[in-house]
Amino acid sequence: MAKRRRPKPKPRAPSRRPVLVARHRAALRVSETLDLNRCERFLQHEARLLDDGKFDDWLALFTPDGSYWVPSEPDQDNPHDTVSLIYDDRRLLETRVRRLASPRIYSQEPRSRTSRIVSNVSIEDGDNNACTVRSKLLMVEYRRGGQRLFAGTAFHRLVQADGLILIASKRVNLLNCDAPLDGIVVPF
Amino acid sequence: MSNIDAELDRLIAPGRVHRRIYTDPAIFELEMDRIFGAAWIYVGHESQIKKPGDYFATRMGRKPVVLVRDEQGAVRVIHNQCAHRGAMVVATDQGKAAEFICCYHGWTYHLDGRIKAVPLNHGYPQGFDTKNPKMAMLPVPRVKSYRGFVFASDASDGPGLEEWLGHMTTSLDDMIDRAPEGEIEIAGGVFKHAYDGNWKVYFENLCDAAHPLFTHRSSIDAAQQQSDDVHSDGAGEIAIRQMRQNGAPYSFWESQVGIWTYPNGHSYLGDYHDDAKLVAALKDPVFREYIAALERKKGKAEAKRVLEVRRWNSNIYPNVSLMSQFQQLRVVHPIAVNRTVVHSYSFRLKGAPDQMFRNTISFANIVNGTGSLVLTDDLEIYNRLEMGMSSEGSEWLQIGRGYQSDVGDAHGGRRGKNSTSEVYIRNMLDAWLGLMTKGHAAPVRAAS
Ligand code: FES
Ligand SMILES: [Fe+2]
Repeated sequence: MAKRRRPKPKPRAPSRRPVLVARHRAALRVSETLDLNRCERFLQHEARLLDDGKFDDWLALFTPDGSYWVPSEPDQDNPHDTVSLIYDDRRLLETRVRRLASPRIYSQEPRSRTSRIVSNVSIEDGDNNACTVRSKLLMVEYRRGGQRLFAGTAFHRLVQADGLILIASKRVNLLNCDAPLDGIVVPF
Repeated sequence: MSNIDAELDRLIAPGRVHRRIYTDPAIFELEMDRIFGAAWIYVGHESQIKKPGDYFATRMGRKPVVLVRDEQGAVRVIHNQCAHRGAMVVATDQGKAAEFICCYHGWTYHLDGRIKAVPLNHGYPQGFDTKNPKMAMLPVPRVKSYRGFVFASDASDGPGLEEWLGHMTTSLDDMIDRAPEGEIEIAGGVFKHAYDGNWKVYFENLCDAAHPLFTHRSSIDAAQQQSDDVHSDGAGEIAIRQMRQNGAPYSFWESQVGIWTYPNGHSYLGDYHDDAKLVAALKDPVFREYIAALERKKGKAEAKRVLEVRRWNSNIYPNVSLMSQFQQLRVVHPIAVNRTVVHSYSFRLKGAPDQMFRNTISFANIVNGTGSLVLTDDLEIYNRLEMGMSSEGSEWLQIGRGYQSDVGDAHGGRRGKNSTSEVYIRNMLDAWLGLMTKGHAAPVRAAS
């Protein structure tokens, strides 16, 4: 896996930039289409960062106004009118990731280990600047003698900025999102 | 009298409690019978069953029951068990039905639990009477709604609901009175969080003012270091405000927050969410808009009175906790001596700005969410209590803080000198011992 440069926060996602600028960029980077292969590699890279506990690097994959969402209901319409297992705007996501690094995060003492499989990747819609990618996720979490299995479908809204792919929003629909669940600390 | 009965009142002593009450499966069985099978148990809210036929399937202790509005519009709580061979009849969490049909042999029930039809009913012996009230989805003996909050008791006699609630009716009132139109409804989904531990430790944490600074250190630090210049759509802002507030120093808890307890195990932490100094912050434009709506509907004086009720968690023993400023309600479901599930609901205040409900949701996510940066550390504590107490360490747990400085209060209450008194635990254990050893007899004061 190529080493990924940590992107500096950009004021706006490229999709909102004037068309001319976007065209210009596209012209400069003809080889970098947001195709299935590239999106899939990006998701594998993301999963690997999470499994390796490199949460700062994971956070760096998000746009400056990116969000991360794990609904509490199947087919949940939005994160504002119904509770969510996790709903983080960028500010809260930063706090979440900072807390994960704290030596006093008792719910991660001992730390979880996770192993994820990302598969069945497809591009749902989009163009060369932004697209929505759907994938299947299986995550096994091991902690303190117990192992749990999470299954779900992820939707990533990916955007291109300076040739890098960033996550504008990520939604993970857990199969058992409305079940009684023990605490969830490690992001999916 | 079994052995255990003789031992029960030796498990609680002034300022201490024996760890066995949290770990012994035999004691848990007795609790299901003598507490969850006898006391007034919160079942659900009437807004979950607005129209005839609406039902909500839940549990009282471990027993499956159905809260339902019958054809006449009356609120019923019936046991979710078929009178034929015992199958659970209602299998979905909530919905609407004209009648209940058992999936096994098709016995059919009216919404109030009476039998409507029995297939092959000619084959039974003489005296088989489908009108026999004992042959039904049996009603829970006592069901009572306090302003929409439905409680039920599996004991046919005992104190009435309002007598049981005592001064805590004012906490229920506070949930409703905050709605400009005087009406509230459950909305916004539910959290179901689980832990490997005893149900009592959850209740004992809700008024624990001494733990946030320590248990929640990781989220307090992370929130304090968070830049406010980073993008937020409002959700993060509320969450971070709440996490920072958990970092209030001990001196704050000891000087500005109070703990009140009342007969039958109830308690609340007070003063904490003073709107002017804390969570909601009077400067918040949404909150100001809300206050204006409240004043328009209720008048300035009443609005002032309502907003001056400053309670954090109000805990109605043994299974429901309210938080009125952010419209939260949590129901404790004991599963086993070492397993508990808590359901956490939000309410919408009729007549309040829409954004206020969105703030409620953001607050719910951070305080009661399964993936919350705060609650997950509480859940860890509950697990560790269970693990710690199964050791051969000290048998007696210390619950004596404030023991000598607590004072009597109005409405038969007892109040800590300040919020860090463990009086709320001693008070719950008084009720526990009363229910476990004397049924509905007036609670003893063994532990205080
Ligand atoms: S058990 Fe319900 S109809 Fe037979
Ligand atoms: Fe806590």
